[in-house]
Amino acid sequence: MSKLVTITIDDKELKVPEGEILLWVALNQGIYIPHLCGIREAERPAASCRLCFVEIEGIPNPVTACTQSVREGMKVRTRTPRVDRLVRTAFELLLSNHSLGCAKCPKNRNCELQRIAKERGLKLKLTRLRPLLKEVSKDETPDAFIFDPNRCVLCGRCVWVDHFQVNVGAIGFIRRGMERKVATFGELKLGESRCTQCGECVKVCPVGALSFKEQNQECRGG
Amino acid sequence: MQSYQQMQKEALQKFEALREKPLVLVGTATCGRAAGALNVLAAFQNEISRNQLDARLREVGCMGHCYAEPMVIIYKPGFPPLCYGPVDEGMASRLVVDFLINDDPCFEFAIAALEPNDFFPTFSDYPRGIYENKIILADCGLIDPEDIDQYLAHDGYEALARVLNMDPVAVIEEIKNSKLRGRGGAGFPTGIKWETCNNAPGAPKYVICNADEGDPGAFMDRALLESNPHQVLEGLAIAAYAIGASQGYIYVRAEYPLAVARVQTALKQARERGLLGESILGGDFSFDIKIFQGSGAFVCGEETALIASIEGSAGVPNNRPPYPATSGLRGKPTVINNVKTLSYVPHIIRQGADWFKSIGTPNSPGTAVFALAGKVSNTGLAEVPMGTTIRQLVFDVGNGIKNDKKFKAVQIGGPSGGCLPESALDIPIDFDSLQQAGAMMGSGGLVVLDEDDCMVEIARFFLDFTQKESCGKCTFCRLGTKQMLDILTDITRGQGKQEDIELLLELAEDIKAGSLCGLGKTAPNPVLTTIRYFRDEYEAHIQEGRCPALMCKDLITYYIVPEKCSKLCNVCIGSCPVEAIFTRPDMLKAIYLDKCVKCNSCMVACPPQYQAVIKISPPVVEEGDKADEQASDNNH
Repeated sequence: MSKLVTITIDDKELKVPEGEILLWVALNQGIYIPHLCGIREAERPAASCRLCFVEIEGIPNPVTACTQSVREGMKVRTRTPRVDRLVRTAFELLLSNHSLGCAKCPKNRNCELQRIAKERGLKLKLTRLRPLLKEVSKDETPDAFIFDPNRCVLCGRCVWVDHFQVNVGAIGFIRRGMERKVATFGELKLGESRCTQCGECVKVCPVGALSFKEQNQECRGG
Repeated sequence: MQSYQQMQKEALQKFEALREKPLVLVGTATCGRAAGALNVLAAFQNEISRNQLDARLREVGCMGHCYAEPMVIIYKPGFPPLCYGPVDEGMASRLVVDFLINDDPCFEFAIAALEPNDFFPTFSDYPRGIYENKIILADCGLIDPEDIDQYLAHDGYEALARVLNMDPVAVIEEIKNSKLRGRGGAGFPTGIKWETCNNAPGAPKYVICNADEGDPGAFMDRALLESNPHQVLEGLAIAAYAIGASQGYIYVRAEYPLAVARVQTALKQARERGLLGESILGGDFSFDIKIFQGSGAFVCGEETALIASIEGSAGVPNNRPPYPATSGLRGKPTVINNVKTLSYVPHIIRQGADWFKSIGTPNSPGTAVFALAGKVSNTGLAEVPMGTTIRQLVFDVGNGIKNDKKFKAVQIGGPSGGCLPESALDIPIDFDSLQQAGAMMGSGGLVVLDEDDCMVEIARFFLDFTQKESCGKCTFCRLGTKQMLDILTDITRGQGKQEDIELLLELAEDIKAGSLCGLGKTAPNPVLTTIRYFRDEYEAHIQEGRCPALMCKDLITYYIVPEKCSKLCNVCIGSCPVEAIFTRPDMLKAIYLDKCVKCNSCMVACPPQYQAVIKISPPVVEEGDKADEQASDNNH
């Protein structure tokens, strides 16, 4: 068993295994830090959603908790004005490119974006920023699930599971900048691709981008 | 195996023998080729063979005077070596007949002599020459980049031969002592990077030369690879020896085909001479270099994205740490240095850390290489000691602003640098001062802007570049820069809102603090600096619907000043592609504003003695001109 170190998160003193990733340590202790792209089993963090900011004593600027290993005496704050501001902006940016209208979403009440909004007191609508979303059609070709790119936040959890857990490699990120998206090779519909429709990607999607068809029916039904 | 001394002695003899007969050097780097150097080369070739002259013709790289390309240097025994430019085919045949055959050096075409003499000034007699202090550009344009002997004759590979007898730690110590800072942009101390990599556990280790130059207006790395490729190879080999690497890469853009070709030739020649490959110069050290051609994504200049690209993945950055020096290519310790950084290395080894520190400023020793572009008279490459001011660089080295326009700003450090105004002209150029002013050293792009440049549009232009080049992995860079770009676009179209400036500032700060890699962290700089120094221009766009520089098309209209217009001239009518200009009943010309597409043709066409076409901002509303239109219709 690895050595325990003492750290404090928001004045709460904790004994945790040395070298663990701060984000998981905090979550294990019931301290919520917003996050979307983090995967516990991943070898290296994607660090792409830019939500899990914290301030650590001795480091001048806020850092992402998913890229920090805990060490003896680490003093962490999850809520400071600078952290709150970065989280708010990142969250609003994600919303600006996300299909809003939670009532019609299969993930309504079970969505990570809703959770972040609730925990941090943020609104689920755009106030400062402009909507950037260009609506594209959903992929309903798989038997059991639907892929709605308009709700995708590019966290990459589906891609990771597809590559490293079920070892299929049907989906990946393509293109750059605003064009970046999750797609199959050759941008085939999922039903026509090498996707085995195992559904593991749907289980890890934190938002309503990947959802089982039965969820959609429930949602439509009421 | 030939000893280095023997090799160098022979090269020197060969080099000196070359000068015994007339020798013509034509600059055929990309800048020269764009200006027609290959035709000039062919013209010399034809003329020399037609006259059956015993003269030699060689291709060289770029001397940095890109504004005067194609450039030609002629060595003729009995005359000082003379530099000519811009040379065309006719001038080429004149030079052969008048100078090579008849001993008239055609001083009227010459720019400068290369050596002091009694007939013609040298480069150091011009203001530019006073400020310039060439180290890594010294041989560019003077030696044949495809002949290793010419590099050897200029003490090339001497530093490599020397380090092979040194302890690698001593080599690192020398570079550390020199305080050389990385010339790719961030200015991280090179010696410390090498030391970290040397101390990092893991084998094999790698060295990579970063030649993924992508800034708009920057061409220093390309010019160095095209003009003196061996200098970079020698620096890379020394870096490899210092950290114990046996494999190196040159990551160069595929859109630099000439650079790739000349580096390939250089690699081949270095291997043939035993300066690369197995047991270099007969010793224990083995090292070779591969060229990796990148497909031209700006973000691939970022170290971790560059590594991903070589590994065969998409060029997308990863979180640092771990830094490449401890875990880089294939997870092994890797040193990544810019072309310029590596080019300094042989000079520092040969002349010592103290010599290097005697140039420049205490915290930024050495020289800075800038690509002067934009509205500056003498565009090209300049190498000046750190601490030279922007004013000296623009007005003395660059010879001021084109067409007697008024200086407005410099965009320094590439798309992620900043725009500095006239009040910043006396800032000494070094890593720290520029950063304080809100800009950065960057890789050395310097775009000069004049009174006709709108700073909001300039900020929009650079942000458009970085936004398109963003890899899209992280939220702030992908969506934040897009939000900023949309706001800027609205402002340049006269649709800006009062609160937009504050929102831009807020977003800019968050993107800087929140982005994953250097591209996002620096992308807002042009916006931040233009708001800081040119806020009044933003306000004029938003509050008055006016573009003070008369650049933003949506905020201007064209107008023909009746008092200046000549009744006898129809040039503007002929120039207009959409027939928007008409003749009024009084024979003066006027513009249908609803037809005008603001192409600027009439303004260019209007003869200089009239200058009757002007731009008006805020734009004139249509009604006023409807009357004219009707009047002219009635007239028909």
